[in-house]
Amino acid sequence: MATVEEKARPGKKRVSNEALRGFFREMLLIRRFEETVEERFRAGELPGFLHVAIGQEAVATGVCSALAREDVFASTHRAHGHAIAKGTSVDKIMAELYGKAEGCSGGYGGSMHLYDLEVGNLGANAVVAGGLPAIVGAALAFQMRDEKRVAVAFFGDGATNTGTFHESLNLAQIWKVPAIFVLENNGWAESTPAEQQLPLPVDQLGKRAAAFGMKLIEADGQDVEAVYLAALAARDHALAGKGPVLLHLRTFRLTGHFVGDPQVYRDREALKHERETKDPIRLLSARLELSDDDFAAIDAEVTAKVEASVEFAKAGTDPKPEDALKYVYA
Amino acid sequence: MPELTYREAVRDALALALRKDESVFIMGEDIAEMGGSMAVTQGLLEEFGPKRIRNTPISEMAIVGSGIGAAIQGMRPVVEIMYEDFLTLSMEQLVNQAAKHRTMSGGQVKVPLTIRTQGGAGWSPGAQHAQQLEAWFVHVPGLKVVFPSTPEDVRGLLWSSIYDDNPVVFFEHRTLYPIKGEVPTELEPIPLGKARIHREGEDVTVVATGRLVHEALQAAEAAESEGISVEVVDPRTLLPLDEETIIGSVCKTTRCVTAHEAVVRGGFGAELAAIIQQGAFDWLDAPIERVGAKFAPLPFAPAMEQWVVPYAEDVLEAIRRTVARS
Repeated sequence: MATVEEKARPGKKRVSNEALRGFFREMLLIRRFEETVEERFRAGELPGFLHVAIGQEAVATGVCSALAREDVFASTHRAHGHAIAKGTSVDKIMAELYGKAEGCSGGYGGSMHLYDLEVGNLGANAVVAGGLPAIVGAALAFQMRDEKRVAVAFFGDGATNTGTFHESLNLAQIWKVPAIFVLENNGWAESTPAEQQLPLPVDQLGKRAAAFGMKLIEADGQDVEAVYLAALAARDHALAGKGPVLLHLRTFRLTGHFVGDPQVYRDREALKHERETKDPIRLLSARLELSDDDFAAIDAEVTAKVEASVEFAKAGTDPKPEDALKYVYA
Repeated sequence: MPELTYREAVRDALALALRKDESVFIMGEDIAEMGGSMAVTQGLLEEFGPKRIRNTPISEMAIVGSGIGAAIQGMRPVVEIMYEDFLTLSMEQLVNQAAKHRTMSGGQVKVPLTIRTQGGAGWSPGAQHAQQLEAWFVHVPGLKVVFPSTPEDVRGLLWSSIYDDNPVVFFEHRTLYPIKGEVPTELEPIPLGKARIHREGEDVTVVATGRLVHEALQAAEAAESEGISVEVVDPRTLLPLDEETIIGSVCKTTRCVTAHEAVVRGGFGAELAAIIQQGAFDWLDAPIERVGAKFAPLPFAPAMEQWVVPYAEDVLEAIRRTVARS
């Protein structure tokens, strides 16, 4: 987690430059991690099926920085950033992607099932909206035991079309549990664009909250400061016993749905334009007026971390085949 | 020993767990003021209050899924799915989530969740309120499946299910709720994975579940008057399964009939037959007979319903067929 020394509150609308630099470092770490994952996948080193969230780093860092260690979350198939931002080491995540026993899920999960209970990661989920009901239940447990913790679900715009989404937000609101539903709205359900899969204009998807009478908080998902302040406000609302929040963050997926996706469905010019104007790392770098040297220094630091994670993973232990049966039952 | 109905026995196990343990709570459709559509949870709201006896909206996926989330956080929720037909609505959460969290997390996560449900024919509900779907869940690694047939068993097994650290799908049979039976004064937990031999016999083993345990016991009485000695075994827990007791019984009697109310094709009897032929092949003197419902959605008209689902007479005929093989 990026640390924030200045406890910003929405009224103040400010996060210190130092804190923003911490956010920048983490976002660049996530970016370099995912670029390396793409590259190692193409080199044939990583088994399975991978989804990167390049372009969505401000969501992961902004939201997770607003959470306490004891807060919990459930993620999606696009989970690397969330896991890193909540505090799992890149070593453990990379080892998981290599299928090693040292991985954050012991090699049982893979990219779409990153877990780390110690930092409140209840699991990335490969079924769209699959993690939402359990977040309602986790929040219910906190409410019943009077614990000051929130439970957070990440999901995309595509998930808002599932029955699971509607059942979960409905139940959360009826019971007023301390849950935050983070809508990472990148405007794509895999290859299907917003206008083919959403009944509302893509920027107005937050209106779904009104159907449940739920508190809606919205922010520009490419602006990490805005995301962070919005997430703090959402957490305050939930912890005050006022019920759950739909946190709507408009963001941009600057790559394909999966690593290797040729994106035949996507307009090249529009994508190029988005890469030039919507990249949250470029935006933050400009905001912080980072010099080339500053940027290069931070880049070298996080790149070294990622490279070390690859070495760590490659040196890891292959699970014994028969360990497959070890955790079927508790 | 006191006598309880099957319904009272379920309620008693729930009340005892709720009294003992703050981490236990119940949620489901109409379970609070109404006491559940089968009146199983009647009176619990009054004793334990609305925080722990929670009515839910009609949202099977969210009912099971929120149970999963609370269980992972250390609660022991017991959720009720009103009819097992409606389990189909919660399949994603049961099959992809509850059953798999532990393995997917490399052993970090436990899901101590009990999903109570009920079903069964015999009252003309038609095709969507009486299915017997227990076999589906036996196919899913990570779930446990329990199907008790007597008041004593339902009480002791529900307790063990609540205190099991895994997701347990707990099937009750609708037509068994009014039956009475003796139960121990103090609740005695019954371990999951232990079969019960209801009646000892020499010639044929009937392995029966749910309502068919009672039909098999009737059939066994009738067979005895024909000179056939029948052993009736109820696995009680389908997953894990007490293979040793079942195979041991068949090795003794050398003949076997499986009996359940669910349709025969792909039913639990198929799994039993496979396990028994593997474990008792050299002892078997006849093909294993399978008794179950005919392969049709349950029709409404009583004449058709009664023809589709099996009763004692069907078990008896299967016993006769297997004995007739030399």
